[in-house]
Amino acid sequence: MVAAPTPTAEQGRLGKYLVGAVFLAPALILLGVWMVYPVVYTIVRSFFGESGFIGTWVGIDNYRTLFSTHTLLTAIKNNAIWVAVVPAVVTAIGLVFAVLTERISWSVAFKTVVFLPMAISAFATGVTWRIMYQQDPGLGAVNALGKTIHNVFNPPGVLAQAFPSIPALHTTGGGGLVLKAPLRPGGVALLGLTGIAPQDVPSGAEQAVKPAASQGDIVGTVWRDFKPGGGKAGVVEKGELGLPGVTVQLRDAQTGKVVQSSKSAADGTFDFKNLGQGTYNAAIGPSTFAKPWGGFAWLGPSLITASIMIAYIWIWAGFSMVVIAAGLASMPRDVLEAARTDGATEWQVFRRVTVPLLAPVLSVVFITMIINVLKVFDIVYALAPESTQANANVIALAMYRTAFQGGQNFGVGSAIAVFLFLLVIPVLALNIRRFRRDI
Amino acid sequence: MTRKRIALVGIAALALFVATSAVANVKSHTGTSAVSGTITFDGIWTASSGQKQFADVIKAFNKLYPNVKVNYKPVGNDLPTVLATAVAGGHPPDMADIAQPGTVAQFAKQGKLKPITYARGVMAKNFAPAWLALGTYSGKLYALTFKAANKSVVWYNVPAFKNAGVQPPKTFTQLLTAAKTLKASGTPAYSIGGADGWTLTDMFENIYLRTFGAAKYNALSQHKIKWTDPSVATALKTMAKIVGDTGNIAGGSSGALQYGFNDSVTNAFASPPKGAMVFEADFVGGVITSSTKAKPRTGFNTFTWPQITPGKNASAVEIGGDLFVTFRDTPAIQAFVKFLATPAAAIAWAKQGGFGTGNKFVAASVYPDPITRATEAPIGQAKDVVFDMSDQQPPAFGATTGQGEWGIFQQFLKSPNDISGIQQKLESAAAAAYKKAK
Repeated sequence: MVAAPTPTAEQGRLGKYLVGAVFLAPALILLGVWMVYPVVYTIVRSFFGESGFIGTWVGIDNYRTLFSTHTLLTAIKNNAIWVAVVPAVVTAIGLVFAVLTERISWSVAFKTVVFLPMAISAFATGVTWRIMYQQDPGLGAVNALGKTIHNVFNPPGVLAQAFPSIPALHTTGGGGLVLKAPLRPGGVALLGLTGIAPQDVPSGAEQAVKPAASQGDIVGTVWRDFKPGGGKAGVVEKGELGLPGVTVQLRDAQTGKVVQSSKSAADGTFDFKNLGQGTYNAAIGPSTFAKPWGGFAWLGPSLITASIMIAYIWIWAGFSMVVIAAGLASMPRDVLEAARTDGATEWQVFRRVTVPLLAPVLSVVFITMIINVLKVFDIVYALAPESTQANANVIALAMYRTAFQGGQNFGVGSAIAVFLFLLVIPVLALNIRRFRRDI
Repeated sequence: MTRKRIALVGIAALALFVATSAVANVKSHTGTSAVSGTITFDGIWTASSGQKQFADVIKAFNKLYPNVKVNYKPVGNDLPTVLATAVAGGHPPDMADIAQPGTVAQFAKQGKLKPITYARGVMAKNFAPAWLALGTYSGKLYALTFKAANKSVVWYNVPAFKNAGVQPPKTFTQLLTAAKTLKASGTPAYSIGGADGWTLTDMFENIYLRTFGAAKYNALSQHKIKWTDPSVATALKTMAKIVGDTGNIAGGSSGALQYGFNDSVTNAFASPPKGAMVFEADFVGGVITSSTKAKPRTGFNTFTWPQITPGKNASAVEIGGDLFVTFRDTPAIQAFVKFLATPAAAIAWAKQGGFGTGNKFVAASVYPDPITRATEAPIGQAKDVVFDMSDQQPPAFGATTGQGEWGIFQQFLKSPNDISGIQQKLESAAAAAYKKAK
């Protein structure tokens, strides 16, 4: 027979539960209000229609929408790319940095600089990088750098934006502009250009002059064939400026070979002297119209996801480096020394000793990054301009856009949230298991 | 003793003041001080964007109704989300300002709004019939358009026009000629903020309105005409004359897709300018003065959206605006709504600028400067007033970043030749959104 517990023992046990409950209550209440209730509500909500506190029952329609809507599928596809690329790259860069900083004397300074982006909010990073990524090299730092390099090899022409004022002057395969009608010595070539803003007219320009024909020469003028209101195309008028310093060429009409080359004067005139019999074409050299580099469309539809990933890696490389460096610091040095003594090269030491020993730390970084990347939101929202937000879409952003922006569809929004939740769970479970094993 | 006496004198003075002001009020507006209560109002205007001006409107109201307190809450741009959540949760404010007629229609259908039939008289007296129609949903008057922005305006860079020797165009043909001349002068004619899809839908809407008139415009807004209609094709073809002239757009079409609305304004009014014209509403002026050095009249000016089909369509005005709705019905709210429909309420804000109204008794002289007068006065005088079309659609189609109408018009900017393809996309997106909204 088991004796009934004495009243005092029972009271004691009850008291113990009570104390426990009192201590647990705040945490439980907070968890209930902020975690359990929203999760349960979201799951339930995902089976109901778009508006209202609960809406009408729609079954799994919201999930069907999720997997049949083009922009939502883009979001899922982008998230897959993110998971495939970013955690691996962040871990790899962190590992390289961590190993390298072991060898340099100013490693603290280096680590601080690499870690600094972690101190900036993802939103601020997004705004900053969006400005740096602007396509116009006059605005975006990244393309400004590209332009500087580009201009060294391909300097832009003095009249990059100019175009001919009359159809008789046209572009050719050889580059530049050619006057269609062939000329004989004694002829006059009028090369009218428009599309030149007043501030882009070369300095020292004077009123354009139509030169008088000269025996044995081909003369002409190249000028800004425009005055307020338009003016008459192909006619040198008062108020129209000559374009000095333009490379003018005389090409053989048959072969297309450049016979003579000259620079225009302040009034736009030029003069090809001592010509033999034959027919020629007057032309403006291609270098005059070399376009300045337009820059890469970092924020355009095809590059946007890659651009955001670069900014994101820039943030997280520091985190990865610091964690891995901590792992390195606690690694037994004698193993490395032993390997080196046995004649292993540095690469072999790194590959066969350092990396395997660091594996637990690397996997922590890797898994943390997977979870971070799955729920990435703010940097995409801040960095992608509206016109490419759909191309840059990720699951968390799709949820926000569907539920709270424009759409106001809380049903599909909840379904997306549940889908994201399901994606994160296995990774979380893995992490918790690792955690337990480590303890 | 002394302190007590001072207090007594103070109370006496206060009593005297209250009594006299009460008498004064009773004299001019009999019985208005009998109305009392508190009104909560959720609005979009924050300290930097009009909260102070709206406070002056409330002040003018309190001169007539001293016992009604209006608690204005500046919610900012998140207002639609905040309001939708508050309504879903069952605790809406007494009144709110909504910029999308689509949202008003949705709330009205759900029975969340109170009709403002009591204000019909004063509204009919002060506004053209089109404005009452704007606030009417399934036969009942629900909303008062208190503040309106004129969207049928084009802003231009005055020096760029001078350099090119062109005049502000009156017709679309003149616009295209001017654009050609501008290009020859070295300044691209158009500055387009294609990264913000709404700048593109606004352009389309003005073209459609100028070509086919208000009645057909409203039919398309309500999806009574399909987007595959030939009229849409005609309007898109007209629009392609602008967006297809890629060498004449600041940054080309691909650059324009990355410039937002603000960029398009700074591009056009910087020195030297990257473009000469911006097709957007009266609020462009604020951006010019705050982020460029251009001065009114010598640096920037406006002209009315050019005429496309000759006739009365040329004076029709497309507006965006703030619709005031009520979620409750008390004497205090009724008094406030009726007051907001009077000229006094509109003038309190209009004289400070940045405000347009359909109130026909607000004289042009009230507006503080010539440019404001040129953009705002036509709103009150126009007979044909239509609301921004994309704002009238279900938000999934008309107001979602990068999707629906906004996203499809961005594709149109990218490839302006594929007119029937764009029409198909618009129609299928519209059909899906309308089906869901039902």
